[in-house]
Amino acid sequence: MQMKEYKPLIVAFCCNWCSYAGADLAGNNRLNYPADVKIIRVPCSCRVNPMFILRAFQKGADGVIICGCHPGDCHYTSGNYYTRRRMAALFSMLDFLGIERERTRVEWVSAAEGAKFAATMNDFAEKVAALGENKRLEDLRCKK
Amino acid sequence: MQKITCEQLIEKAVALLNDGTVSCVLGWKKGEFDYDITPALFETEEELKNEFVWNDFCRANFSKYLISKTAKCEGKILVFLKPCDTYSFNQLLTEHRFDREKVYAVGIPCEGMADIDKIKAICGDGICKIECGEKIAVSTIYTDEPTLIDAKDVLAERCINCKSKKHVAYDELIGEDGDVIDSGRFDEVAKLEAMTPDERFAFWQNELSRCIRCNACRDVCPACTCEKCVFNNPKSGVENKSPANSFEEQMFHIIRAFHVAGRCTDCGECSRVCPQNIPLHLLNRKFIKDMNEFYGEYQAGAEVGSRAPLVNYTTEDLEPGEVFDRGNKDA
Repeated sequence: MQMKEYKPLIVAFCCNWCSYAGADLAGNNRLNYPADVKIIRVPCSCRVNPMFILRAFQKGADGVIICGCHPGDCHYTSGNYYTRRRMAALFSMLDFLGIERERTRVEWVSAAEGAKFAATMNDFAEKVAALGENKRLEDLRCKK
Repeated sequence: MQKITCEQLIEKAVALLNDGTVSCVLGWKKGEFDYDITPALFETEEELKNEFVWNDFCRANFSKYLISKTAKCEGKILVFLKPCDTYSFNQLLTEHRFDREKVYAVGIPCEGMADIDKIKAICGDGICKIECGEKIAVSTIYTDEPTLIDAKDVLAERCINCKSKKHVAYDELIGEDGDVIDSGRFDEVAKLEAMTPDERFAFWQNELSRCIRCNACRDVCPACTCEKCVFNNPKSGVENKSPANSFEEQMFHIIRAFHVAGRCTDCGECSRVCPQNIPLHLLNRKFIKDMNEFYGEYQAGAEVGSRAPLVNYTTEDLEPGEVFDRGNKDA
């Protein structure tokens, strides 16, 4: 029996106003990015509760990326500034608990940056694939 | 040994009760044993004279009790606050959790509290009587003579790393006020940061897998004051302890610490109440240390109305990816 090729499952939280439109643009321009990136649309990157990220990992995600508008361009003026502080604290804490650094990332992608979106996802998927399956953060009870 | 005596506090409480300034007193009374002093509400002079206790085991932080007690009690409540408790007091005032007008706060100096586990390590089990004087006299059922222990030798972990002997809030002060002190409370966190990620993961797996999800850390925390808690959600599927090694405990503790990040005054109550002796305060301290480094020194509760780092921002903040360039060691 042949082993199935390992492909990382990636959850991308994209803000409605910039990054989701950026992903749309990447699609319109027929730019390739891995099909295992599952996009979840959120009104603003600061809607992402740290619990969402941990729950995604718990349910079997191998990497979580949060995309928002560039600092200063938030549709709600200041949402992504709060995201920036929160995620800095959370990532530092995950690292403190010995969880791999490359599994989480924050990236600023505007609606005009379809190419950046595709490149970011390709790069992130590659890094996560190099880490392998997420063993430290999974919860067997949550897996189907 | 504490510098002020129990009699001084009773005298003060009785005076304030009798002249009508306050209608009840939030204080400590003896529990089942001499060392499990519990918080209690006193309403009469007799109760105070018979039951009020102040010694090296009065560890409870009263600030959180004020939320429910001020809502129920007619008139003012007298509360005794140790220096570290006053930070939580200020933090709760900042968050408008109780009415300042209904509280009469008396600041009392604290020389550090004793840790019963350390005493048990010296005297063994079967402790039947403890008397706090110049030295702590511990009698057990196995010995005739009480063992005398210097309070300095059995200081609780959080008191060894005491952050302040200075009261930041009070209506009246008994005794003398001290200063904010630097006792190296982040040393332990720095030691962990210097480990490799694998070592850190093993360390926390070992510590957190002991967690029995009793939620005592959440219930006692003066910063955790939500009436509906996210961990009470029965639909989350992870509200209970898992029998296997899994991420569930880490998630609970990361989120618990995150919810109080920036508001935690580092009072150390979480580690004190943990029945499994998990060093939970290290998680909170990690957040405090990070935010001090990233966004400038900030002590929650040092003053009323200050803005916590996570509800504030500047346009020049560091990017989340940059946190790895500093502090923690990579593999």
